[in-house]
Amino acid sequence: MMTVITSSGNNKNSLFDKRFGRTAWFCLYDEETKKTTFIENTDNETSNGAGTKAAEKMVELKVEKVISGDFGPKAKDLLDKFNIQMVIIQDDGIKVKDILEKLKQ
Amino acid sequence: MPRRRRLRKVVAPPIFSGYKPYGTNCESDETIELLYEEYEALKLADYDHMNHQDASELMGVSRPTFARIYKSARIKIARALVEAKVIRMVYGNAWMDKKWFICNDCHSRFTIPKSVSKKSCPICGSENKETLKNQNN
Repeated sequence: MMTVITSSGNNKNSLFDKRFGRTAWFCLYDEETKKTTFIENTDNETSNGAGTKAAEKMVELKVEKVISGDFGPKAKDLLDKFNIQMVIIQDDGIKVKDILEKLKQ
Repeated sequence: MPRRRRLRKVVAPPIFSGYKPYGTNCESDETIELLYEEYEALKLADYDHMNHQDASELMGVSRPTFARIYKSARIKIARALVEAKVIRMVYGNAWMDKKWFICNDCHSRFTIPKSVSKKSCPICGSENKETLKNQNN
């Protein structure tokens, strides 16, 4: 199962990004192989529709779970439609590796 | 850039998609868009007779914000009545609380789509979760 965590940088030590559509990087985590890959979000500078584009990307990547700080209404609708699980974490200052560790447990 | 709008919790979405006046001779294409959260605010305050403080806590917004949503709902409905306009329900900035759960151990919020068979918390695996409906603060 593929999980995406929104991240502000391209390694596990970077801070967890609380935005979904405008996050800098997506951390892709494969639960079977325990491997992580980082994908740059190319649409985080667009003036509108960033959430929609990010949600479309999630569908393309066949992600089943997205962990972020908040989801916009459009992204929420789309992710809902494609049965992608949304998880909201609102703790401040946590790192991507903290979340990965929790997931591995 | 203005501060983003927090989502307002809607417990019971409206069971209709709009209202239409009849017997009017001035047909107008203009519709008034009533947002889900405005409907919810009006319902909580005027139908369920809750005070603004309790209602705002239920919707997950501050009391002044609740008052603004409520005021906007009243203005829109009054305008629709007076000008004989069609009211159309629009999703707005709402989220339905039945789909969302909160984990009591790690405080993360999550949805459980149909395709997911595991009903435990996706972060810590705890079974100690509840729907946000029961959590009024």
